[in-house]
Amino acid sequence: MSQLNSQHLRNYPQKPKQVYLYGTCLVDTLFPDTGMDAIEFLEHQGIEVIFPQGQTCCGQPAYNSGYQDEAKAVALQQIKQFPLDIPIVVISGSCGGMMRHHYLELLGDEPEIKSFCDRIFEFTEFLVHSLHIKLEDKGSPERVALHTSCAARREMGVHITGNQLLDQLDNVEVIKHDYESECCGFGGTFAVKHADISAAMVGDKTKNLLNADVVRYVSADHGCMMNINGSLEYQKQSLRGEHIASYLLSRTKEQGGSKC
Amino acid sequence: MLNIHEQESKYAESARKFRKNVDRDLANQELRSNFRGAMDYLMDKRKTAFPEQDELETLRRQAQLIKQRCLLKLPHLLEELEQNLTKNGIHVHWAETPAQANEMIAQLIASKKGKTVVKGKSMVSEETALNDYLEQRDIECLESDMGEFIVQLAKEHPSHIIMPAIHQNKKQVADLFSGNINDFEHTTDVDALIQQGRKTLREKFCNADVGISGVNFAVAETGTLCLVENEGNGRMCTTVPDLHIAITGIEKVVEHMADIPPLLSLLTRSATGQIISTYFNMISSPRKKGEKDGPEEVHLVLLDNGRSQAFADDELRQTLQCIRCGTCMNHCPVYTRIGGHAYGTVYPGPIGKIVSPHMLGLEATSNLPTASSLCGACGEVCPVKIPIPKLLLRLRKESVKPESQQPVIMKGQGSGRTTLEASIWKAWSLVHKVPALYRLSMFMVTRFRFLIPNKLGGWTSVRTAPKPAARTLHERLRERK
Repeated sequence: MSQLNSQHLRNYPQKPKQVYLYGTCLVDTLFPDTGMDAIEFLEHQGIEVIFPQGQTCCGQPAYNSGYQDEAKAVALQQIKQFPLDIPIVVISGSCGGMMRHHYLELLGDEPEIKSFCDRIFEFTEFLVHSLHIKLEDKGSPERVALHTSCAARREMGVHITGNQLLDQLDNVEVIKHDYESECCGFGGTFAVKHADISAAMVGDKTKNLLNADVVRYVSADHGCMMNINGSLEYQKQSLRGEHIASYLLSRTKEQGGSKC
Repeated sequence: MLNIHEQESKYAESARKFRKNVDRDLANQELRSNFRGAMDYLMDKRKTAFPEQDELETLRRQAQLIKQRCLLKLPHLLEELEQNLTKNGIHVHWAETPAQANEMIAQLIASKKGKTVVKGKSMVSEETALNDYLEQRDIECLESDMGEFIVQLAKEHPSHIIMPAIHQNKKQVADLFSGNINDFEHTTDVDALIQQGRKTLREKFCNADVGISGVNFAVAETGTLCLVENEGNGRMCTTVPDLHIAITGIEKVVEHMADIPPLLSLLTRSATGQIISTYFNMISSPRKKGEKDGPEEVHLVLLDNGRSQAFADDELRQTLQCIRCGTCMNHCPVYTRIGGHAYGTVYPGPIGKIVSPHMLGLEATSNLPTASSLCGACGEVCPVKIPIPKLLLRLRKESVKPESQQPVIMKGQGSGRTTLEASIWKAWSLVHKVPALYRLSMFMVTRFRFLIPNKLGGWTSVRTAPKPAARTLHERLRERK
């Protein structure tokens, strides 16, 4: 389906000593374990991770709802929190797409803005293209599916890097589920404003994931997972999604090691 | 009889019922399976028709540039088109509204004392609700495209711009034909069904007074009207009756004949996966002396219907690049689930969401720009690279723009703004632009998480409610140091 296009092609920095982590508001309040796992994983790679306490939200909810002035005020505030010229690793393709592409639309392409946008890297693309990571799988054999978020796929082109990382795990068999590239129906305020259409979409997505007969699915976006996992839990299904940062950490850590 | 204003508000009324329509059509399992099956088929056909990703990208870029160039010169090209068509003996008429277009067409038909019309597929004539208008004047207007014929028999509207009857399966069509076609031999074989439908249509072609068609491309430099079709009905409509009336939107003009090959190639491959359509008609004059067939008179009605509003804005102008292939619908997860009728507009799906607000105003269509997860599938496949998700965002912005903000560039601008929603986003912005306030709020959310209700509107009708963590990531990292 989706291929890389010029929007996705970019220069990647060689493995830096330091990076910023952009945690995203969803991870902050609902899934902080994912943030901790991502930091631990990066630190294992010998990278110092800086988490600016002033970060809040990328502004996407207001931006996507048409409230651009409100989004702008929040976006400008984020830029101020990341002054050092080091990569900003974002653990969400969707927030990454917002900050890498839509900030230019929202805020203009002045040098300060542009330099911020150019430093935005989604977690999996950073591992593959900057760290050239080689993963050693220490987990037991299992079948997993990958859900690539639409923003990750179409704005960041990182569905490819997600697959590349999972392919490095020797004991993991990646199963392609039906309609893999189709949206799960989240879409932020869409899921609230048009709950019934969104419900039909997530109903189909969970059906296809369940049909894939996997022990879990992995994704790089907590927005989609909040939607899909919420639907699976409602259906009393045991299948759940796990963020790729947590999954990679648990697969590559010595077994029995404690989680942070 | 409907008056002019009632005519214009027909689609506005049905677009306002979007949510009701969605409820109705989501609950219809047969309809949903018809759409899912058909869209899967069409997506697969398109994929096969574009085996080379690089070639596709080059072609899309080329087509985008062609359409953008033609739109930049639109007023000039329309004048040139009129001059060259007139030189060729084709009469040109300008209509600002659907009502004006209908009136012109009715007058042309009356001038020939026409009583029967055969029509080739034309979505612009759906914009004007031409069939209803003519029927009220006792003029029989028969749809000759098989899909349109089915829709007309069923007293429905097209649910897809390329495949008007895609919402019906073969069994439903067979049932429809048995009630409406004389001597119908019951069958659910698709080819046999179509043959029986065609037989009925052929008799009508021979006797019709007037033929009406759409136009896919109008070439300014040569004064040529191009019509893409598969069934030969377009050629019949434009050659058999003595009077041919073509109707199209002003954005269909292209500058050169040489602009057509890339656009045509993308159109047929994106729409149905065909390398080329079965027929490609180029109409450049009425019947000339000594010619054996062709109409005695050819007229072109050029309709605005809100297009100049889109044209006036640099960004929204991209809406007019559309070549009406329908592939955005085929790839849209929302369209696939709710089908084409739920939109209540002539043009459904992603393109309908960005074009209808210009035709009907943002007030009547306020649900359309928001009914998208912004997944981007439409923009990814659009053959002329219309940034549909970006335009949806723009329309959302125009819909909630404060009244005080000038200039007004769209009908219905600001009509979607509610005090409640606006104050929620103001508060949201305040919390998220002051880090200390954000941290305090999130602290409160986590400490009082037991207060978060288990029922959160539509979200929890199919999902469990999200649960805040005990401590935020911010907090855990502060403590870590």
